[in-house]
Amino acid sequence: MLLPPSMANAAIRKPRPKYLNLAALLFEIRLPLAGWVSILHRVSGALLFFAVLWLLFLLDRSLSSAAGFESVKRYLGVPLVKVSLLVLIWAYCHHFFAGVRFLALDLHKGVDKDTARITGIVAIVAGLAATALLGARIW
Amino acid sequence: MVKRIVVGAHYGLRDWLAQRITAVIMAIYTVIAGAVLLPGPPLSFAVWRDLFAQGWMRVATLLFAVSVAWHMWVGVRDILMDYVRPDGARLALQVLVLVTIAAYLGWTIQILWR
Repeated sequence: MLLPPSMANAAIRKPRPKYLNLAALLFEIRLPLAGWVSILHRVSGALLFFAVLWLLFLLDRSLSSAAGFESVKRYLGVPLVKVSLLVLIWAYCHHFFAGVRFLALDLHKGVDKDTARITGIVAIVAGLAATALLGARIW
Repeated sequence: MVKRIVVGAHYGLRDWLAQRITAVIMAIYTVIAGAVLLPGPPLSFAVWRDLFAQGWMRVATLLFAVSVAWHMWVGVRDILMDYVRPDGARLALQVLVLVTIAAYLGWTIQILWR
């Protein structure tokens, strides 16, 4: 069988089959930008699913009485709690912006490679910027 | 012939579309809530309670919560379908997720209409 030189070289240099292991997943296989937007959308969504329990607890307490409201306020002042809240704020913001991007993609808007790359960067940056903004507001 | 399994997707547009429609509802609620709450002064209990005492706010929040519940079900189910292969484990986890979401929703209604 005749292969073009480039393919023949690649076949020699890269041992096949390639077995996946944790090291390969972490250091060798690089996700493209759109892949990062996507996996972070999934991770943030999963995180928010579990977080609803905590958020409902906070809403319940804060609406129960004036004393409950004040206790939630104090509780949210604890540094570790604040950091947790900030992580959830990021999860919500990233999920929001990446989600809007996916909705646009579903409508065949921005599907070409260059635009998709730009909107991917925008989604990640907007999520982080909104987190910083809301973080400054709660701090 | 597609091999249909009970814990698979429902082989249609419905769930996919529901996830998109609920996403739009949640986005609208998020933008409005953000615009109302963010520029204002730090919240007091009176303002917070009065906000949730209004009928439209309760209904809007319930609509948001139902959207979250439905959206979450499709999303978490997708994750389980991707990573949990044995049918029994997948079904068990799906039931657990559904029960959890139902409990979330019940609690939300309880909080809103106290």
